[in-house]
This record gives sequence, structure tokens and C-alpha cells, in this order.
Amino acid sequence: MSPNLRIAFRFLTAKKRAMTMSLSCTVLGVGLFVVTQATTSGFEEFFIKTILGTNGAMRIEDEIQDTLAEMKISENSEFTLSQREEGRKYIEGVQEPKLILEALKNFGNVAAASPVLRGNVLVRSSFKNESAQVFGINIDDHLKVSDLGSQVVFGSLEEFRATPSGVLIGKELADRLRLQVGSSILLDAANNQLRRYRICAIYETGVSDIDKVRVYIQLNEARSLLKKSTGISFIQLNLFNKDRAPQDASRLEDVLKHSAKPWQVREKTWLEVFRALRISTAITVSVFTLIAGLAMYNTLALIVMEKTKDIAILRSMGYGRDDISQIFIWQAVIVLIIGTIGGALFGASATYAVSTMPLTITGIFKTETFIVAWSFWHYVQAVSTAVVMVMVASLLPARRAARLEPGDIIRGTAQ
Amino acid sequence: MTAPPEIALRCSNLHRSLGQGDGRVHVLKGVSFEARRGQVYAIVGPSGCGKSTLLYLLGLLDQPDGGEIAIGGQIMSNSDDVARTAARCEHIGFVFQFHFLMLEFSALENVMMPMRKLGRLTSVEMVARAHSLLTSVGLGEKTHRLGTQLSGGEQQRVAVARALANQPSIILADEPTGNLDVKNSGLVFDLLTSLAKDNGQAVILVTHNPDIAARCDFTRPMRDGLFV
Repeated sequence: MSPNLRIAFRFLTAKKRAMTMSLSCTVLGVGLFVVTQATTSGFEEFFIKTILGTNGAMRIEDEIQDTLAEMKISENSEFTLSQREEGRKYIEGVQEPKLILEALKNFGNVAAASPVLRGNVLVRSSFKNESAQVFGINIDDHLKVSDLGSQVVFGSLEEFRATPSGVLIGKELADRLRLQVGSSILLDAANNQLRRYRICAIYETGVSDIDKVRVYIQLNEARSLLKKSTGISFIQLNLFNKDRAPQDASRLEDVLKHSAKPWQVREKTWLEVFRALRISTAITVSVFTLIAGLAMYNTLALIVMEKTKDIAILRSMGYGRDDISQIFIWQAVIVLIIGTIGGALFGASATYAVSTMPLTITGIFKTETFIVAWSFWHYVQAVSTAVVMVMVASLLPARRAARLEPGDIIRGTAQ
Repeated sequence: MTAPPEIALRCSNLHRSLGQGDGRVHVLKGVSFEARRGQVYAIVGPSGCGKSTLLYLLGLLDQPDGGEIAIGGQIMSNSDDVARTAARCEHIGFVFQFHFLMLEFSALENVMMPMRKLGRLTSVEMVARAHSLLTSVGLGEKTHRLGTQLSGGEQQRVAVARALANQPSIILADEPTGNLDVKNSGLVFDLLTSLAKDNGQAVILVTHNPDIAARCDFTRPMRDGLFV
């Protein structure tokens, strides 16, 4: 152990109460930082998982209509034909899904694709009627781009797969219409098509907007119901690397000439809410770390005041200004090391405790307990914040201690 | 006829003023002095005459406004803080009136403190030397006691041992017996001078005690910032 570290340790342990205060604030600051980041990130990650499991990582939707802003009259001509640009125009839906699905195979990040035909219907039960949307799907394709398989709460997908007139209905819609697995419903499309279907399974995503309106039927059945023999509404994609969705969307738009919406753009509003929440909690919790810094400043300032005589002795023995400064910096480092380790343990324990707390949330996702995210980076961020705060707070007393003139101190003590 | 001992410390024409503005006082008015190895010097004089100020200047704890200080032949008065600190570590041992032990440390650790900074000895050698010094001041049985567990006289004896730890060429003592009873005063003075003489160290002490001053090799009375 270096002489300076040894002295720092003794100085610090001599001020037990002040050191305990600084240590407690550091532990609390780091711990609370970790637990709040774990919970906010947890909910955010769970939300992302939910939306990826329902609406997929990306959707290929409407066809982009060519609009030329400027065109040369001929290859060798200087003259151009100008057309006023009025923004991008779209033709609704995907008219050639087979071509698009074939082309998608050339994109390395596309894991799976599921064509979907969507249309508005009125669901009629013996109890009441509700507006809804039918989603015509190939169940096996759709299971590869969603978590529909794990979202079924009643009934079975096998039955849906085997029954052409079978439907999967959202739990909220089923509850409103008082429907159960095996119940019959009538789907009334806008084109006066009225068909009877049997409920094979009830699913629950936890997303209220989905569970109260979405009815899945077989794709061929949807074509018949909606009277749309060709084309589809959109293709839902699953990606190997979900974070690359915006870059892939841009490339897909260029190549396929269809709009491609990544999940980050589609869910921007909620993602921004989560980001704001995460930042605001980080700022709030940083106040604790700031208090830890102030407590450290207070402790060291106190020690500098009380140890001026010792500083003079050390200086008279040949300890330089750098040594004195180091002694005080070491004290901050000792508090930081113990405080951040303690804080990380406290944070981890609190995160675990919070994760077991019951909390029922439905609407944007469904959970029965607090959702937490275990991330090494939360600990890195918490420790970094504490290091900055405490070290900045310790510099001033350390510099003050180093500047003390031993002659002045001894003269002052002797008088 | 033997040659006079080597000069350990020399100062010439030292000036120092303390305070600020109208309250600034010209404390030292051109003091010159030299100390040789193995000799004990007493600086005496009334309070406020500049004895302690001179001692702190000689100990490189303060900087003169004018004049020159040489330690072992090397001019130190105009050197920077790093050089003066290094010189203090290697060449100078201090004993203060108020013991000035570091109370969170044991007697042994207090004595080892300058050795740890100098870093010339191994850890085992440091412990052995500190033990030997404490034994020589009569505290061989109390090496592991904290400063708070020692009496005033014992604390001052630890301070003497600490001042000798790095075998400096100069020992500066500011009223080392000023806070002790007669018995302990004599004991501490005897220890200081005998150990210093054995090691060929120059001892310069400031004292109000005429008995102590009388037992030194040289007495330099001061008045109004000058030797008289």
C-alpha cells in the first residue's frame, strides 16, 4: 500500500460519521440510478418486444408512384421537361405480392415475410355488433413474423389452421361480444358480404388497440370476404437484426418501390415517450449522485479543516503538494470504490425486488409484474455518473489542502 | 588541531516580513547564521523577535523575502516547492512544540512516515529502524500505541524519533520542551542532543528555557529580528 493511500484510509476512517454519510449517498445514488434505469428500460424493451410480436419489425405497404421532377427530352438534348413535384404518391396496397416476396429473399436481414390482406368489417354476435378489422393471413407465414402463437389464451392454432371458416379473435373484442372458443360470429364486409365464422382461438397481445379490433382469418377466406382476388394490403417482415430496420427500409423502398415502415418510425410516439421517461428519471436520480458529490465535498472539506496540522506535519516531513492532493483524492476514490460496489449490489437487489412486485398493466402491453431490464450498461452509467460527481467534488478540497503553506499552519497553531 | 565540522546549514542576510498592508511587520532584518554537524545551537530571545520565523525559513517551510539559505552547500532559498520539499525529506528533521503526531497512527507508523516518503529502505528495514529509534527514546514497549494513548512527554519523544528517522543532517526544534514538565524537558533535550551528536547532525533549537539554552554548544540571542 502506498504511503498516501495508507494515510488517506486512516483519515477517512477517523471521520466515521461523515464517511458513512458520503458512502450512503454514493450507494443510494448508484443503486437508485440502476433500479430506475432497469425499470424504465424494462418497460421500453417489453413494449418493443410486444410491438415486434404483433406488428412485426417492418411492413411493406403501398406502392410508390413514379413522379418525375425533371426529364430530358432526349439523350443528347440540353432541353428538359419539368414537372412540378408534389411529394410522393402511393397506390394503395401491394399489387404483386409474389414478386415482392421473391425479391425479399435477396435481402440478407429479412428473416421471414407474411402477406396480409386487411379490411374493415362489422362483427355480429348474438349479443351485439362491433366494428373490427379482418387480417387475412397464412398462419404459418404469420407465426414467423409475430408472436401470435404465444399470444393465444383460449383455443388452439391447430384448429384455426385446419378450419377454413375459423377465426382468431382478440380477447377484448371477444369479451365485448361475449364470445368464447366455439362461438359463431358473422363478419359483415362493406361490400354486403355476410359470412359466418367459428372462433377457433382467442388471443391477447396486451395492446388494447389490437385486441379490441383485430380478427384473423385465413388469407383465401379474406380474399373472398373482401372481394379482393389479387393483391394484398401489406407484407409484415421479421428481421434478423431489428435495430437495422431503418437502413433496410430505405434500401427496400429504393429497390421494391413500395413504402417500407420500420418499427422505429411506426412506433415513434411511444418510443419517444419512453426515451423522455428514461432521461427524466436519470436526471432525477442523478440528484442523489449530486448529493453524494456534495456529501463527499463536505466530508473532505471537513477533513481538510481538521487535518491542517497533519498536512503541515506531512509537508515538513517531505510530502509534496501532489502527495497531499493525492491523499484527498484517494479518500474520494476509496468512498467511490466501496460506494459504487455497494450501490451496484443495492441496485441489483432492488431491481430483483422490484421485478417481483405485482403490477397489472394492459393497454400498450400486458404484464402482471414490474418489468425490469438487466443491463451491464446501467451499472456503467451509474458508476460513471458517481465517479464524475464525486471526483469533481473532491478536487476542490484536495487542491485547497495542497495549497496550504506549512509555515503558516505551524505558526498559526503555535500562536 | 582537528578541522571544524562540516557546515550543514548556512544562511546570510535573511529578510522576512509577515502580515499584509498596514499590519505588515519586518520580522527578520538581515539575519546570518551557520550550523555545523554535531553541534547544538540554541536561538533565544523574547516572543516576537523572529526566532520561529527564522527556524521555518531554515527548515524551508517558508520562503524569505531576501537573503540566501544553503543546505549542505546547495542554495535552496530560491528553489521551487518540489526541490524544497525533497530537501526537507532528505536533510531536515523537525520537532515542534505541540508534538504534532498524527494521532490516527501508532508510534511506530509515525516514525516510519518520513521513511516511507523517502523510500530508501525496505518495509522490513523501516520497521526495524523505527523500532530501534523508539527503543532509543525509551518507547520500545509502546511502539503500537496510537498517539492518543501516549502522554505529552511520550508523544514528544516519538516526535524526536521521527525527526531522526531519515538520518537528516539538520534537526530543527521549535521549543521542543515548551509544553513539557521539567523532568520530561530534560529527558527530551538529552535524547535529542545525544542522538543528534551520535549521528553527526546539526541541531538548531528555539527555546525560552535558559537551562536548556545553557546546555547547548552555542547560544544565539535574538532581538527585533537580528542576532545580538
